[in-house]
Amino acid sequence: MDFETVIGLEVHAQMLTDTKIFCNCSTKFGGAPNSHTCPVCLGMPGVLPVLNKKVVEYAMKMALATNCEINTSCEFARKNYFYPDLPKGYQISQYAYPLAEHGHILLDTNGEQKKIGITRIHMEEDAGKLLHDEHNPVSYVDLNRTGVPLIEIVSEPDMRSPEEAADYLKRLHEILVYLEICDGNMEEGSFRCDANVSIRPKGQKEYGTRTELKNMNSFRNVQRALEYEIKRQQYLVENGGTVVQETRLWDDAGGVTNSMRSKEEAHDYRYFPDPDLVPILVDEAWVEKIRKDLPELPLAKRERFVKDYQIPAYDAGVLTADRALALYYEDVVTLCGKPKIAGNWLMGDVMRFLNEDKRSIRECPIKPESLADMIKLIEEGAISGKMAKEVVEDMYKTGKSPQEIIKEKGLVQITDEGELIKTITSIIEANQAQVVEYRGGKEKVFGFFVGQVMKATKGKANPQLVNELLKKMLAG
Amino acid sequence: MELNQLTIHELQEEIKNGSVTSTQITESVFARIDAVEERVHSYIRLMKEDAFAAAKKADEDIKKGYIKPLTGIPIALKDIVCTKGIPTTCGSHILHNFVPPYNATAVEKLRDAGAIFVGKANMDEFAMGSSTETSYFGPTRNPWDLERIPGGSSGGSATAVAADECIASIGSDTGGSIRQPAALCGIVGLKPTYGRVSRFGLIAFASSLDQIGPFTKDVEDCAIMMNVLAGYDPKESTSVQAEVPDYRQFVGRDIKGWKIGIPKEYFIEGIDAEVNAAVKKAIKVIEQSGGQCVDITLPHTQYCVAVYYIIAPAEASSNLARYDGVKYGFRAADVRELLDMYKESRRQGFGVEVKRRIMIGTYALSAGYYDAYYKKASQVRALIKKDFDEAFKVCDVILTPTTPTPAFKIGEKTDDPLQMYLSDVFTISTNLAGIPGISVPCGFSSSGLPIGVQFLASHFEEGKLIQIASTYEKNAKIEKRRPAL
Repeated sequence: MDFETVIGLEVHAQMLTDTKIFCNCSTKFGGAPNSHTCPVCLGMPGVLPVLNKKVVEYAMKMALATNCEINTSCEFARKNYFYPDLPKGYQISQYAYPLAEHGHILLDTNGEQKKIGITRIHMEEDAGKLLHDEHNPVSYVDLNRTGVPLIEIVSEPDMRSPEEAADYLKRLHEILVYLEICDGNMEEGSFRCDANVSIRPKGQKEYGTRTELKNMNSFRNVQRALEYEIKRQQYLVENGGTVVQETRLWDDAGGVTNSMRSKEEAHDYRYFPDPDLVPILVDEAWVEKIRKDLPELPLAKRERFVKDYQIPAYDAGVLTADRALALYYEDVVTLCGKPKIAGNWLMGDVMRFLNEDKRSIRECPIKPESLADMIKLIEEGAISGKMAKEVVEDMYKTGKSPQEIIKEKGLVQITDEGELIKTITSIIEANQAQVVEYRGGKEKVFGFFVGQVMKATKGKANPQLVNELLKKMLAG
Repeated sequence: MELNQLTIHELQEEIKNGSVTSTQITESVFARIDAVEERVHSYIRLMKEDAFAAAKKADEDIKKGYIKPLTGIPIALKDIVCTKGIPTTCGSHILHNFVPPYNATAVEKLRDAGAIFVGKANMDEFAMGSSTETSYFGPTRNPWDLERIPGGSSGGSATAVAADECIASIGSDTGGSIRQPAALCGIVGLKPTYGRVSRFGLIAFASSLDQIGPFTKDVEDCAIMMNVLAGYDPKESTSVQAEVPDYRQFVGRDIKGWKIGIPKEYFIEGIDAEVNAAVKKAIKVIEQSGGQCVDITLPHTQYCVAVYYIIAPAEASSNLARYDGVKYGFRAADVRELLDMYKESRRQGFGVEVKRRIMIGTYALSAGYYDAYYKKASQVRALIKKDFDEAFKVCDVILTPTTPTPAFKIGEKTDDPLQMYLSDVFTISTNLAGIPGISVPCGFSSSGLPIGVQFLASHFEEGKLIQIASTYEKNAKIEKRRPAL
């Protein structure tokens, strides 16, 4: 039987505010256990939450960037459950009235666009974490993360394959990072994803029974977990079994998903409006103010690069994957006026250096002005492309300008025709046998002469000029 | 008269003209505590050393002419407001050892106004009760009859004032917990508008209903206390940024031409005959004072108790989830695993009434029951609020009895929660609507038990309450009695 896969994703993204969502504690990752806490985030008796307005504005940015409708009134609700990392015994989240709903983003695969619906975006506080002593029956509670602001982005069940799910996640991640509202760090838990997945026979309208997958901490793991889970569900159905609605944990080492709890064991969270917080009223003026400050988003930037710079879609994709990289690229293009060549240098040598050193474009020692100058020097014929390879590496290592490096190394191209004619004349005289071969039709020998000229000039000869002169002089 | 029997404004006069010191007042208060506390049990904890140190400091300030609204005045705090460095138990075993690292905003304000803190007053566990019998630390007794309850949940705060073990006190009112004990102990008690006094540091029972307010010996003192307590607090999201008037200016102003609403739903069968008579007499006094009484209706009154006993326990079930033995307070010993620790800490840490309300509240919020209980209750609550909005279109103030009966006997209703709940039948609606209410003494029963009359006003109209209550107090000429302890 042919099956169709149905996937919906829930993403938790940590907002990049300096302070927590309901108190003034720092949101910095790490720190001695419980050092970023106060009576409010510790859930002490009698304390009260006060909303960090910045969290609302960040969430609104994401809502607008994903084409959501922002509700004019929304409220916080309490999600009640007991766990030692949850000091109040409830998490402040949003339930019946979320901040934003009915959005979508576009996936662009092989030139085809597909719309993935966003059901809702809501704000909530993070919980703390437990540390278990491996040798003693003791657990420790660290509440530094408690109250760190999160948004949850819930998608419609619109994805039809693990690849599509991974693509959606990457696009969402990209937007969050572009908006500078989330650092996107998956290892530190700034960007987390749960997946709902089901299968159904092709053509069937009703959804199959879904399972919820948790504990996937990379794009690759999301895809692997989904691939495994789809196979597991197919095997069950094809062998007369049924899929049970349950929550399953991805086991990275084993490459499998394992049942965590069944539907019957699911919590009853007893949501109700949090009486300690008032409804959040969002007027049109506020929305417009946020909208005005939105940066150009990746998809729009990509399309503009292709159109305005006449570069391939692939290049545009690579160059816009990181907002800082895109800005760097645009700076270089503005300065040198050569979009395609600038892209090649950036995606080739510069990014290779950065990747080797695990550096981001923000930490690149080469200033956009320097890269642009180097491209101009090539265009002017002052240095050859081959020389430039050496120059760019030195620029990366030293942070110096290309002019400085060329001067220091004496890397000036020989463009003096008279000097080159002298050199070529003596080479022709010394290699008469090869001249005969060439004139006899063996054109391959031409390369030999180029090599000889370069050797004699220590690579400084302008290659174009050498070509021209050699052709003329060998013709006799 | 002893110093501890005087009011804030009387003592302030004495302090200002240099005839008494704060230390003398404090000595007088603690002498009284030594004499009667064993029988009344107003306090869970006394703060004697701190009090005398503060009194000494107050006397230095007074000498320099630096006198604030409560400088040198001994005040009692219900043990539900957090006091930095001083155990705050909320009347519960589960918090018996909890020492807050912060002060409630109300405590800060009182301290900044110069108040001397006498101690932490007894209360029903987590403010759940109408008699102060559910306190883990034992019951408080009514100074007028030691066999009887003082009301609750702020029973200790009320008796401390009534028995002159302090000059004034603060309590909290979720469904009548200030006004009911004020009435049963023969003193003045005011529940402010929701959002008027900061809840920061007030240990939550039902967050949408809780409000801190004063207990005082007369209405003028109530105005003085409100001047200190009222105001916006950026630490509380439900705190309201409304202008705070000088409440003292309303004291003694006449009420000529005022319309006083008399809701028929509050004069029902089952109300004690002597209470009924005393309140009817109060109506006469109000009319003689220039007020015009009009019959009004608050049609959803009959649902108030039911609505309250869904919303308050629902919120409480969530508010009390944090007492899990993990971070502070009581943790059961000899438990094997996490679930055990939760269960045993809460089983041993909470009393019967608290557990009952956690159960009711948890049920009311459960999947499948939420709509029928919590949601429906919230909808009816909106109707109850609308009743009052409509009523205040035709009257300035509403007058009702504070309680259906005078103080009942200790143990009389402990086995019958429903009867206990009904003792708040006239005070609950105020909290549901978020409006302010005041209880003022209006006489005594034949057996010498105090009776209270309640005035209600629209949101942020505490000034009107002070105005009518002080006018009533002046014109009613209720016999000044003191409990014979």
